[in-house]
Amino acid sequence: MPEAVLSTRGLTKYFGAVVASENISLELKLGEIHAIIGPNGAGKSTLISQICGNIRPDLGSVFLKGADITKTSVRFRSRAGLARSFQISALAMEDTVLQNVVLGALGASGQPWRFFNSVMSDAHLKGTALSALESVGLTSVAHKRAFELSHGQRRQLEIAIALTLKPKAFMMDEPMAGLGAEGSSRMTRFLNGLREKAPILLVEHDMDAVFALADRISVLVYGKIIASGSVSEIRKDQRVREAYLGDYC
Amino acid sequence: MINEKYFNSVIVLLLLLVPAWATASDEPFTITLITRAVVFSLAAVGLNIALGLGGLVSLGHAVFFGLGGYAMGILAFHAQTYSALFEWPFLIEGTKSMPLIWLVALIFCSIAASLIGFLSLRTSGVYFIMITLAFGQMFYFFSISWPKYGGEDGLSIYVRNGFPGLNTLIPLHYYGLCLVMLFLALWFSARLKKSPFGLALNAARQSPERVETVGLNGKRLKLIAFVISGAITGLAGALFADLNRFVSPTMFSWQTSGEIMIFVIIGGVGRLFGPVTGALVFVSLEHFLGGINDYWHVYLGLFLLGIVLLGKGGLVGILCGKEKINA
Repeated sequence: MPEAVLSTRGLTKYFGAVVASENISLELKLGEIHAIIGPNGAGKSTLISQICGNIRPDLGSVFLKGADITKTSVRFRSRAGLARSFQISALAMEDTVLQNVVLGALGASGQPWRFFNSVMSDAHLKGTALSALESVGLTSVAHKRAFELSHGQRRQLEIAIALTLKPKAFMMDEPMAGLGAEGSSRMTRFLNGLREKAPILLVEHDMDAVFALADRISVLVYGKIIASGSVSEIRKDQRVREAYLGDYC
Repeated sequence: MINEKYFNSVIVLLLLLVPAWATASDEPFTITLITRAVVFSLAAVGLNIALGLGGLVSLGHAVFFGLGGYAMGILAFHAQTYSALFEWPFLIEGTKSMPLIWLVALIFCSIAASLIGFLSLRTSGVYFIMITLAFGQMFYFFSISWPKYGGEDGLSIYVRNGFPGLNTLIPLHYYGLCLVMLFLALWFSARLKKSPFGLALNAARQSPERVETVGLNGKRLKLIAFVISGAITGLAGALFADLNRFVSPTMFSWQTSGEIMIFVIIGGVGRLFGPVTGALVFVSLEHFLGGINDYWHVYLGLFLLGIVLLGKGGLVGILCGKEKINA
């Protein structure tokens, strides 16, 4: 049994009287896609935010490769290899695709305090950026501005930026949102290949994609994991059907 | 659309030819006028680094303009009255040397910008505008109520400070000096924009989450930009005080902050020659319309309204279109 790349132990978060996360323990192992599903307001995004460091949990811990990162900043976790793609793409929209990826390489280098040399003629940064663009298949649009890209391409761009930071685990918040049928199936194929680079914790509403991709599924309802298991186990689970899937399967 | 490079060259030519023409036709006042425009340009080039690259809407840049001015005023005042600034713990005397005055202005403005930036950057948006404005007002009222250095009346310096090898009292010499400082600042901000720091800062303006997720400290990037910005505006303040041989609390007023911002907005926020274009237009309007009518600010207001309604890019944006990608 391989050691978990990322794990949480007993994550608990209250917003006033509302329990956003209740004693959540989960693991992400090498090479797998672990999907988190659940109805709206179940606390999926809150969970991702706690793992990525935007929200501090009230109780519990987050471990990356065995190290406790619960009290570290977003920046620290990014450099440690926790890559995030947002529900709404966070990109420098006026910049080119290549500039966005060079920014990632610059973050990875940890040396933004250079005021005179031209960043776009830095062979090392540009090389890292171009190879990341190639592995997500965006080389042909490298000189377009980010706002000219389609939804799906923006997601791919976020992943390309994440790749420059040599990620150990991906956190993806609804990568299929707004993609349409064809875009979704293309993104599904893309994520399927991506798990080789690093395991993915996938929050997603698109059940076709989840069932096609996930090695494991955890079902989150009112901040609590009510079931966790393989695709077929989850499909059969009576409680999950009642809480979320309904007549879907 | 005009190619931005050609447009910039025309501005540079203008800055070189107008004083040449003024010298040939013996119009020293025109040189003083364009020196004023060049010094304003320098102040606005400073603000443009915070505003254009960092997206920091600072309504407090008069602090740095004024500090630069008073650095000149106080040092020269002590030199002309042969009195020491401090005698304890060690003796510090005034000076009439411009390079030394500039150095003091740069240091004090950097320190002030670090402190003001550190506190102001805890906020954003309207609150950032308000807190920078508040700092400006603090300095304004402090300068009014400090009688030693003239208080409300300001400080007059009888002879312009000296620069090695130049006779700064000759308008053309002083103009040349200011122009060189402006060109240096423009060169620096062009390099800065293309540098690793510039890329990161520009991204921090567009998407704070993005820079954090690649492991960069967005707030620190903005703070450094604010300090660089304040220092350049401070240098302009020292030059402005020497141009007029006079410093007064007006340099600290919020109207001054507003004017510096107007230069940038008229010219084009974030564009290399935007601040220069804006300052040239402002000084021309001030001179020609101000000669016709005391209420020329009304026309300035209408002009500004027109520019803003025509598009976000200011005059440079209207004439040259969107900025080219530097690849």
